[in-house]
Amino acid sequence: MSGDASESGAPDADSRPLPGEQPGPDERDHPEGRRNLEGIRIDPVVEAEHESRRAVISALVEDEPGVLARVSGLVSRRQFNIESLTVGPTTVEGHSRITMVVEETDPGIDQIEKQMAKLKPVISVGEVAGDAVTSELVLLKVEADDPAAVQAVSEMYDGRTADAGPETITVELTGDKTDIDGAIRAFERFGIVEIARTGPTALARGDTPTAPGEKPGTAGEPTTHDD
Amino acid sequence: MSDTAAHTREDEPEGSTEPPAGADDGTPDADETPAAGPVSTGAESVVAALEAAGAKTAFGVQGGAIMPVYDALYDSSIRHVTMAHEQGAAHAADAYGVVAGEPGLCMATSGPGATNLVTGIADADMDSDALLALTGQVPTEFVGNDAFQETDTVGVTRPVTKHNYFAGGADTVGDTVGEAFELSRAGRPGPTLVDLPKDVTQDETDRTPGPAAPPAGTDPDPNADPDAVEEAARAIESADRPVCLFGGGVIKADASDEARTFARSYGIPVTTTMPGIGSFPEDDDLCLSWAGMHGTGYANLAITHTDCLIAVGTRFDDRLTGGIDTFAPEAEVIHVDIDPAEISKNVHADYPLIGDAGRVLDQLTAAVREAPDAEAWRDRCAEWKETYPLTYATPDDEPLKPQFVVEAFDEATDDDTIVTTGVGQHQMWASQFWSYSEPRTWVSSHGLGTMGYGVPAAVGARVAADTMGEADRDVVCFDGDGSFLMTMQELSVAVREELDITIAVLNNEYIGMVRQWQDAFYEGRHMASDYTWMPEFDKLAEAFGALGLRVDDYDEVAPAVEEALDYEGPAVVDFHVDPEENVLPMVPSGGANGKFAAAEDQL
Repeated sequence: MSGDASESGAPDADSRPLPGEQPGPDERDHPEGRRNLEGIRIDPVVEAEHESRRAVISALVEDEPGVLARVSGLVSRRQFNIESLTVGPTTVEGHSRITMVVEETDPGIDQIEKQMAKLKPVISVGEVAGDAVTSELVLLKVEADDPAAVQAVSEMYDGRTADAGPETITVELTGDKTDIDGAIRAFERFGIVEIARTGPTALARGDTPTAPGEKPGTAGEPTTHDD
Repeated sequence: MSDTAAHTREDEPEGSTEPPAGADDGTPDADETPAAGPVSTGAESVVAALEAAGAKTAFGVQGGAIMPVYDALYDSSIRHVTMAHEQGAAHAADAYGVVAGEPGLCMATSGPGATNLVTGIADADMDSDALLALTGQVPTEFVGNDAFQETDTVGVTRPVTKHNYFAGGADTVGDTVGEAFELSRAGRPGPTLVDLPKDVTQDETDRTPGPAAPPAGTDPDPNADPDAVEEAARAIESADRPVCLFGGGVIKADASDEARTFARSYGIPVTTTMPGIGSFPEDDDLCLSWAGMHGTGYANLAITHTDCLIAVGTRFDDRLTGGIDTFAPEAEVIHVDIDPAEISKNVHADYPLIGDAGRVLDQLTAAVREAPDAEAWRDRCAEWKETYPLTYATPDDEPLKPQFVVEAFDEATDDDTIVTTGVGQHQMWASQFWSYSEPRTWVSSHGLGTMGYGVPAAVGARVAADTMGEADRDVVCFDGDGSFLMTMQELSVAVREELDITIAVLNNEYIGMVRQWQDAFYEGRHMASDYTWMPEFDKLAEAFGALGLRVDDYDEVAPAVEEALDYEGPAVVDFHVDPEENVLPMVPSGGANGKFAAAEDQL
């Protein structure tokens, strides 16, 4: 830098190779290996491929203003594929349960759980075991041209008539996704006027906690962040 | 309000609302969390909580809804630096935090004050910088009515904060602020915000905030699982081509010493990320400098060919990895991070080690029984250093090269000099052609890439160094002409506060990085990147009351550098540099790191 011999004061040329003198990409060795889109090394012997699957995620959260916005904002911002989201109180005052159904790969499900766990109001979050009890409620309003037939189909699906009028009949049904989808198809013949579905909610079976660390059946005894 | 406050004070023991004698000497109670002093309003509770948490400096801009808090600051030991624009306040606080190693603090009023902070908060969020933002808000009863200067600040900042709070009442606001301050630095650092409705800060309270602590579950175990450490240690021992990748987390965890010990103990070559610059001395034989889009060729080759990547405190940003398919494709990845959500987010971790960077590096240093047999690998890395050095041509018939200016400042300053930058070509040259050896000397906007970060960051860095009793350290801001135009109003703050900073504008009359991409990828169509209408920055600096210099030729560089550094106060040197100069090497977006272009014609 000090040896400025030229008129403009430009320093002497660097003795090391200048950018144009350095070997280009084609003159270098490159490794053969690759990673997949999830950043996992592709092992030629056992190539890890992840298929999307449906997962039920349950989160125990503090019932404070904005908690739903935090969760839904996270899901949309990180482009997680979400099918439904329900929220409701638990036996513990100030705690709510959020149940989400997502369609993601295993690494995607892992990310959802980890990112949700970072939200301050989230006390505990995890995937509900595969054999979980899941149920959804649907209100189905159909045309009342043939009330007896509507009643018959409703009974087939353990439905309850929530409202009956001269023009329409509203039926209330509960069940898992397959039950509900089947019932809706059965009611289509009457002409469906309106429909409202809650999306599924879920609990783990037996003594398995629904969200990790949760103490089921201990009403009034809050699960804490440290559990 | 003043009547109320005065009345309350009469009920308190005499002098209770005054800071104790000597409180403004800035000496914190080192041993335990100091108890907050008595308070009479929500605003005083806010300030008491900040003082008790150890906050010494705030950067902000006054305004209607935040006035009660400012009024309470009147009697506080906390130094407030009034900035020209709220964005500047957020960046200054961010840089203050980076240099000082404690949360930065910024303040703004409701509405536009709060929205102006957002860029700085988002910047802190992307770079995991500890920052607390306090915003005024319209009184609680007006919230939701679209009142004057009302914005849903909590809603707007929700995706760019670690957590944010809407203060619920005068009795609890101090605790909330204390918690937000501590949360910003707990575990993985990040920005927090407390929105302060004016009634909450004005209302009376005699409730002294309790000791501040982060919320439950947010301060994770610093140690990694010992079994996982043992497994990782075996992988390191058996590696043929190990390389460390030290990220910003090493600096945030104050783990540079542990990082140096680990790499040197086992002879493992070191690369860093951009935020990790300074974690390991760049003049060390083991150091390959930083990897990524404009990183060194040798760092990019090392992380491409490694069979064992020891990545510490990095989130594998796309500017680092290039295309994921070709990133360290043959490496077993040991990933140390305090945030479990970073593990296998972008790059699969074969050995996840969740914990504090320093503690886990200590665990690894202890667990590795013998150094990997990597002599041939170290030789190969050394060869790459010889083959692909960072160089630039200086032909007589071309204008002054910007890289020369960076080298001239580096040569003229000590190792503890703090460098801040804007974003663009000048930022890359400042990171490439300056040899960093210490943590917290490189202060830049990485993840968000915020043009205009440099000048307010220099203000924050200067105030931090002065507060730490390190007034003799130099603060040099490298800025581009485009970046400088975005926040140069903060020069007024530097003049008013008599801050000794040197701003080197590498002026090429272009948004240079865009111009470079237009030449490479858009057939040279210089749409909206050509800034031929630049003001004369030296004269502008003088109008602000700063020293202003202009440099066009090589032989003017050294004297101008000396004059600017010697000047006791803010100096701006407008370096008119070669507008055609490009940043090299370069990995095209999504490309393979190992296929970096060393020169333009290799793109």
